[in-house]
Amino acid sequence: MKVNRRGFLKITGLVVAGIAIPPVFKSFARTEASTSLTTQSQSGTNLAMVIRLGICPDGCTDCIDACNKVHNIPDIDNTNHEIKWIWTEHYENVFPEQQSKYIDHSLVELPALVLCNHCDNPPCTQVCPVKATWKREDGIVMMDYHRCIGCRFCMAACPYGSRSFNWGDPRPFVKEPVDPNYPTRTKGVVEKCNFCEERLRDGLIPACVEACSYGALFFGNLEDKDSEVRKLVSTNYTIRRHSNQGTHPKVYYLI
Amino acid sequence: MYDAGKIVAGVAIFLIMVTFPIWYVTATGQSSYVPQLEIDPGEEQCVEATDYMKKNHMILLDDWKTMVVRDGISTYAASDGKTYNISLSGTCLSSCHPNKLEFCDSCHTYVGTSPPCWSCHTWSINESQ
Repeated sequence: MKVNRRGFLKITGLVVAGIAIPPVFKSFARTEASTSLTTQSQSGTNLAMVIRLGICPDGCTDCIDACNKVHNIPDIDNTNHEIKWIWTEHYENVFPEQQSKYIDHSLVELPALVLCNHCDNPPCTQVCPVKATWKREDGIVMMDYHRCIGCRFCMAACPYGSRSFNWGDPRPFVKEPVDPNYPTRTKGVVEKCNFCEERLRDGLIPACVEACSYGALFFGNLEDKDSEVRKLVSTNYTIRRHSNQGTHPKVYYLI
Repeated sequence: MYDAGKIVAGVAIFLIMVTFPIWYVTATGQSSYVPQLEIDPGEEQCVEATDYMKKNHMILLDDWKTMVVRDGISTYAASDGKTYNISLSGTCLSSCHPNKLEFCDSCHTYVGTSPPCWSCHTWSINESQ
């Protein structure tokens, strides 16, 4: 086969392009999707919460108030704009899979506390394009408000509706006095429960757990065999929200 | 060029006037306005040496942000061995610089920068806005 000058250059060009293009393509197409969906903690700490259902007295909002206070959560009347870290929903909405027409009316409307489940396999962190939310070694699904661009992908991904978006500046709606130990948020960022990571750093337990005087809330390390949450979870029947979705939520409900 | 003399003279006068602030500072050795910072007399230096802080406080605060939010480290060991709790509102503004208006803002306004820190971090317990 005779190769002329033009043909030789064409082949050379194709070979060079073939060598050069794949690495460039790979570097642009690289994603950091989780390679394993392991639910085992690597650090020996896996923080979780246990909520005892049906024990809260009517109208008690001690835990919610405590959370709102320490995190400067704005009190916005408009339900489209409201910010919620921990709140109550009717049992039928929290556990739609557990419905039966024979359940007593009082049980269906039983208020159940809901908050971010700090999933072992969180869908919110996988969709965040800027890594503003991620799962820490100790199991807390953390938010970096500095980094959030307000795209709300995480809100769409969360099957629990645990995230709230600041449609406007929340500062005017924060009840005085503002707690200087925790920053308020700003317009255009998503926020949610952080298991009081700032309090954990100081050796305190989450504000809601501390505020509850009825023994409805427990917090601790699931990996620690002697911890209260581990004992409760291992020796009782517990339910978790939408556990069939593979998110492995870490808020357990004692029934 | 028509009226070259007038144009050249006009351009020269324009350039002198536009660059007047530079000449003035060079000639007198100081600008007409220098921000006066209100500094807590009780402290020799805040976290790091004053010169370093003047130039790099924004880098230090950015590092602090990464340490506390991303890495979960809440104390910072300064080069002189003292440790500080990492918190803009809790450490910087509550102990040494309680008056943001007369400390932070006096320089930031002077250089025409508006860092977005204050949209979230509070600078006074009784702050209303």
